[in-house]
Amino acid sequence: MTNLKEKFISDFIVDERWRYVTGGLKVTLLVTLLALILGCLIGMIIAIVRCAHDQRGEIEKKTFGNALLDFFNAICKLYVTIIRGTPVLVQLLIMYFIILVSFKSKVTVAVLTFSINSGAYVSEIFRGGIMAVDKGQMEAGRSLGLSYIQTMIEIIIPQALKSALPSLVNELIALLKETSICGYIGLNELTRGGDIIRGTTFDALLPLFLVAIIYLLMVLGITAIFGRVERRLRQSDHR
Amino acid sequence: MITVNHLSKAFGDHLVLDDLSEHIEKGEKVVIIGPSGSGKSTFLRCMNLLEKPTAGQIIFDGQDITSKDADINKIRMQMGMVFQHFNLFPHLSITRNMTLAPVKLGVLSKDEAEEKAKKLLDRVGLLEKADSYPDQLSGGQKQRIAIVRSLMMNPKMMLFDEPTSALDPEMVGEVLEVMKELASDGMTMAVVTHEMGFAREVANRVLFVDGGKVLESGTPDQVFGNPQNERTKEFLSKVL
Ligand SMILES: Nc1ncnc2c1ncn2[C@@H]1O[C@H](COP(=O)(O)OP(=O)(O)OP(=O)(O)O)[C@@H](O)[C@H]1O
Ligand SMILES: [Mg+2]
Repeated sequence: MTNLKEKFISDFIVDERWRYVTGGLKVTLLVTLLALILGCLIGMIIAIVRCAHDQRGEIEKKTFGNALLDFFNAICKLYVTIIRGTPVLVQLLIMYFIILVSFKSKVTVAVLTFSINSGAYVSEIFRGGIMAVDKGQMEAGRSLGLSYIQTMIEIIIPQALKSALPSLVNELIALLKETSICGYIGLNELTRGGDIIRGTTFDALLPLFLVAIIYLLMVLGITAIFGRVERRLRQSDHR
Repeated sequence: MITVNHLSKAFGDHLVLDDLSEHIEKGEKVVIIGPSGSGKSTFLRCMNLLEKPTAGQIIFDGQDITSKDADINKIRMQMGMVFQHFNLFPHLSITRNMTLAPVKLGVLSKDEAEEKAKKLLDRVGLLEKADSYPDQLSGGQKQRIAIVRSLMMNPKMMLFDEPTSALDPEMVGEVLEVMKELASDGMTMAVVTHEMGFAREVANRVLFVDGGKVLESGTPDQVFGNPQNERTKEFLSKVL
């Protein structure tokens, strides 16, 4: 017991080592939050392009607009294929050592990598949600004179979000945990914070369990919050 | 009001509308009948360009709406459409269902739109449903809401695609009642329906469509009482 107490003191109190954990937690949250927002933005744009393409029906004419849509659709498909087909760690290393090598900020590199990565997954989630909305909804919106984009924003996407919410929450949880690989580019996020303590004090047990518990609590928190949101939404179903 | 010239529509190599020409006068009520798969819905949906015609021309209110530079959204604002499955927006209250388009499109202010929605709801006896959601309504109520939702835009013409086909029999009457009232107010209407009683009572003209062509056109008395075309006779003998 005294052994454990001594370890605790050397792991967290001496030299204010607890700061590795709190500082790391801040970075983890920051990267996750920014990547979530940007990823959703990217995912939404890709989903709309791909749905606009797929729902266009038969190709009527070789207009410029149609060609442009074909082009963007092809780009989006390629993007999703590449991102989903390669490990996120490899993407992070490529971004850090090749593409964004001139960037000084590791946080920026991490945020961009994870935004681009989760954008690909989120786009598929949104796309599924949009496709699941009854096509009569688009027709009703359009027949009232609303444009495609107006109908999307006001009518289709709110309904799509509702059905996509559980999958989006899963993606958020995956994203939060995946940011733990940022140690590979030397970013001091939560996992690396714990690992630095381990390397300094040579005690693995306490710092690594603490880190694990913090992740677990965050995931439980996210699950609880969105569980409530979902229940709210279901209540407004009025069935 | 609307003139259709040599309209053709193909899905792939399946020709659904075959060189169809028709004219609907202002204030006219035209009922379209015909067997399943004959192209009635496609004809209706071509009129507001929910389906893009493969060939032909549609002139609505003096404007060629099939021409390249026609503003589809502007045109649709003047042409209401009522669907078999209502297509109310389930995430919006009844009032929001009605006010969304006119407010977003800048036709009415929010206050004006809400005022107008109230009046229309009152007219169809559903004022107390203003704050309800579509899932809380019966089929007949939903369809009446769908009709007044279209009316919010002050359309010059209304298209109905089997508005009562998805309803329980006891709810058909209340929807037809609203449509009859609309007809007597002078609305130009094109109605695809199997309600022959409604056709007899309200229609100025009945079109029998089969194989993507109008095979017979005349007053309800002519078409129902004395059909000329063999296929019309055959169809009517099944449904009457
Ligand atoms: N989007 C589409 N793609 C391919 N084929 C279609 C499409 N819409 C309709 N069709 C086909 O066109 C034909 C006519 O369809 P339409 O819906 O106009 O018939 P209808 O007269 O309204 O029939 P019903 O009484 O069953 O509603 C049918 O054979 C149908 O399968
Ligand atoms: Mg039909």
